[in-house]
Amino acid sequence: MTATLEATAPADTKPRMIFGAEAALQALDAAMGEDPTVLLFGEDLADREGGGVMGASKGLSTKYGDLRVRSTPISEQAIMGAAVGAAIAGMRPVAEIMLMNFLTVCMDQIVNHAAKIRFMSGGQTSCPLTIRTMTGVGAGLGGQHSDMLEAWFAHVPGLKVVVPSNHADWTGLLHESIMDDNPVLFVESTLMMRAKGAAAPIGHRLPLGKANVARTGSDVSVIGYGRPINDALAIAEKLSGEGVSVEVIDLRTVAPWDKEAVLTSVAKTGRAVIVHEAVRNFGCGGEIAATIGEELFGQLKAPIRRVGSRNTPVPVSPVLEKAFAWSQSDIEAAIRSTLN
Amino acid sequence: MTSPRTSNAPDGDTLVEIYRRAQLIRHCGEQFLKTIRAGRIQAPYYSPRGQEVLAAATMVTLAADDYVVTIYRGLHDQLAKGVPLKELWAEYAGKASGSCKGKGGPMHITHPASGVVVTTGVVGSGIPIANGLALASQVNGDGKIALTSFGDGATNIGAFHEALNLASVWKLPVIFLCQNNLYAEHTSFANGTGCENIAMRAASYGMPGVQVNGNDAVAMYRAAADAVARARAGEGPTLIEARTFRFEGHILGDDSHYIPKEEMAAAIAADPVPALRRQIVAAGYATDEALDAIEDRIVADVAEALAYAIAEPYPDVAELGRDVLDVEIVP
Repeated sequence: MTATLEATAPADTKPRMIFGAEAALQALDAAMGEDPTVLLFGEDLADREGGGVMGASKGLSTKYGDLRVRSTPISEQAIMGAAVGAAIAGMRPVAEIMLMNFLTVCMDQIVNHAAKIRFMSGGQTSCPLTIRTMTGVGAGLGGQHSDMLEAWFAHVPGLKVVVPSNHADWTGLLHESIMDDNPVLFVESTLMMRAKGAAAPIGHRLPLGKANVARTGSDVSVIGYGRPINDALAIAEKLSGEGVSVEVIDLRTVAPWDKEAVLTSVAKTGRAVIVHEAVRNFGCGGEIAATIGEELFGQLKAPIRRVGSRNTPVPVSPVLEKAFAWSQSDIEAAIRSTLN
Repeated sequence: MTSPRTSNAPDGDTLVEIYRRAQLIRHCGEQFLKTIRAGRIQAPYYSPRGQEVLAAATMVTLAADDYVVTIYRGLHDQLAKGVPLKELWAEYAGKASGSCKGKGGPMHITHPASGVVVTTGVVGSGIPIANGLALASQVNGDGKIALTSFGDGATNIGAFHEALNLASVWKLPVIFLCQNNLYAEHTSFANGTGCENIAMRAASYGMPGVQVNGNDAVAMYRAAADAVARARAGEGPTLIEARTFRFEGHILGDDSHYIPKEEMAAAIAADPVPALRRQIVAAGYATDEALDAIEDRIVADVAEALAYAIAEPYPDVAELGRDVLDVEIVP
């Protein structure tokens, strides 16, 4: 990886192309520079250990000091507990849990503590922490390094969950997550870490809980978040050649999700396709579909369709991995089925 | 690794203050038991009876703004650190004027003004959180320290081991206080823990481990004061194993059937609260009359808090949507 602090250099009129790790680094650097209470800790984050396994914190321990940027032992409960305590004491810790599957070994701190401290204390204490974690299918990493588990966390009152779909949003949403006064789970894509995308302008921040209309259209709404948004945009472009007008709603924030934006779009198009990378069964798509059904029952022109990955653990073989994951053709087929 | 005992014994006034706090815990506990048994308040109740002196002698060594993280059987820690009676009682009763607006209850008593920032209902979970509080102090350089209190059972949970290691690596100003009452719920220490004592576990993490009779006010005070001095001097964490006993079961309704009768009888015969009173009077630190006056005041204060908790209103239903996030939500 080549992520460096130069990622924060002023952008020209044409955006620079950067790796995903640099998109994260840009936000971390900006937040740390802006607010001395922002702390970073996690496995291998300091420069002595390489500045993060993806280089997303490269240079920060040198720039901001070892007191604020710390590598930790491989101790997820200790990492999350320290984040909870530091947040209660008024800091804005950003805890990195290297991979999303590893959240399962510190669920107690996230679900029983970070999410509920504010409520259970009657608002006397709060947990303005951010958890950065990485995951995703397509890198051949298999069953314990690739799961999208965001639905579990969206199901916990008190937590915010953010999943960016592109590099510029990544920077803008991460910066905002760090400054948010609630605990935020920020889900980064392993594959996007290694891919290039357009950098955000300096100081870019995007509000949480607000969806982005990534493409406007009038025939069908595709609603999702994370990487599949890019596939939805590609299919929308393809179908426009056939005279089909597809609107693409990028939720950006999974919890709390922008119900208003989704209902406005579907009220207009009368058709909804929901897409996410996580396995389809019991995924966030179910909640979104149910809400559309409850609110817009009489206005729908077709059954709501859901696209997600298959209901199996993430496999390793490239052939099985491809069969497991959602695809552009899944999205296309779902859109077409609503038009018939 | 052992820590040298350097702190002085508490002076007479401090011992009397320890006694006052211990007696407050004892009397307050008795009244909770009575009130809950009578059905006037509906709450789970974890009696600290037998562990009063331990908490009182420890908490007098802390400053008002030092952090305490305790557990759901932490009534003695909360009272010893100074959580006000009225807010505490109202919280037990689920009332709007409780310390947590009735949203946390007995298992999540929180009162930042007295330093009690977390009470967890999950065994062992407060231990890593205390590290974070200490980390904030270390970054801010504000001199505050964090003390986390837990039972012997918590030392068999992974979080304990992860947290002690991290505290040692980062030299955090934190004190790990294990109140070893020899029973983890119904399981005896011997049947649930593979090593002879808890203090020796500190050696695995390169920190001092101290074993002390938690029911001895002087010994407990000195052990706590030593750990406080180490933390404030930036010398890092200490694990204290304070031996003690509990007289009234794990939770209200538990009849302690798993504790041999002789063991219980011996512990009750050595009740640390009257023992401390005798010690104070014998040393001439206070007269019986003066201690009686302290107790009268406690009785009146607890009676007032109890009446307050019963009389106060329940929270408005709108509270449900508040404090979930930083802005009110539609639940």
